[in-house]
Amino acid sequence: MSVLSKLEEARICLKAGRVTLPYPAKPQAAPEQFRGRPIFDASKCIGCAGCANNCPAREILVFDVCQEIRILQYLGRRCTYCGRCAEVCPEKAITMSQDFETATNSIPDLGQRLELFMSTCQRCGRCFKGPSVLEELKMRGYRFDDLQNERWIFRSQARLRGEPAVDDVEIELD
Amino acid sequence: MFGRSLWVYHANSGGCNGCDIEVLNVLTPYYDAERFGIKLVGSPRHADVMLCQGPAMRSTAQALKRAYDAMPAPKLVFAIGSCACGGGVWFDSYSVIGPVEKIIPVNYYIPGCPPRPEAIIYGVAVALGVVDKRVAPVEFKELELPIPRYHPEELQGTGELVIYEKAEKI
Repeated sequence: MSVLSKLEEARICLKAGRVTLPYPAKPQAAPEQFRGRPIFDASKCIGCAGCANNCPAREILVFDVCQEIRILQYLGRRCTYCGRCAEVCPEKAITMSQDFETATNSIPDLGQRLELFMSTCQRCGRCFKGPSVLEELKMRGYRFDDLQNERWIFRSQARLRGEPAVDDVEIELD
Repeated sequence: MFGRSLWVYHANSGGCNGCDIEVLNVLTPYYDAERFGIKLVGSPRHADVMLCQGPAMRSTAQALKRAYDAMPAPKLVFAIGSCACGGGVWFDSYSVIGPVEKIIPVNYYIPGCPPRPEAIIYGVAVALGVVDKRVAPVEFKELELPIPRYHPEELQGTGELVIYEKAEKI
């Protein structure tokens, strides 16, 4: 009985043939719907930080190093490839690639870092909305662009020197 | 370092079993990992390689450390999955300490949630030196600013108006 079952097993194995994929020697493509490593396109990105707000793993960091430069940093280590960043991106600057061969021996290999140029808002002087309504109240001065002479003109000197524009209004922040 | 087969020990320190199923998938005949001499063993004392899945949790950190200490001396640790590489989606909750490299040193990282079986085989092949790793840090920089810079020390005040002249140098 046992010999017969072994023979039956051998017959099944021979019938199946060779099923092992020759994977590391030959490349094997991922399926069509597969979401791999996200690719950030710096030429399309507008720096709105929607991806950073929507990332469930808080993997995308956005911070400003100066007035004009905004840095978008993708760490990549705890990314679950959920694709929500690509979903919310209004400019389609993030694409989920099919790249899954991301094994590495150092974690910084997984990261991506974009330095984005942000132009200055002519009304508020910043490239994004202020942190709170109270802080926006402190912003004073309106800028005109003198395009022919290539210079900027501010109405008042108050916000340049960091002094409060109206002395009798004291706003407690925090 | 390892002249012979790699015997792997499979340690799950609090993952969701997604990576476990993918590791199991690697050992099936379809993605036959025994081509590379990889054999699953049940005790860390027999193992050369530890496959870590799941983040380091408060409840399992000591057990993970003891299992690592029980392995004989030339040993490798693979962090498989996003939880083991970086702490996972719940990296900041109370019971999660973080990535397993906070508890034990990690040699190779295979991110993914879960990683494909091919990705795990690729990580093993990178560790064995069969293939080269393909990822590298990507950095994009603005080399020159598209607008002219205006320096505050060069501003000219005329009464109520403040004028920034365009500066040629940066």
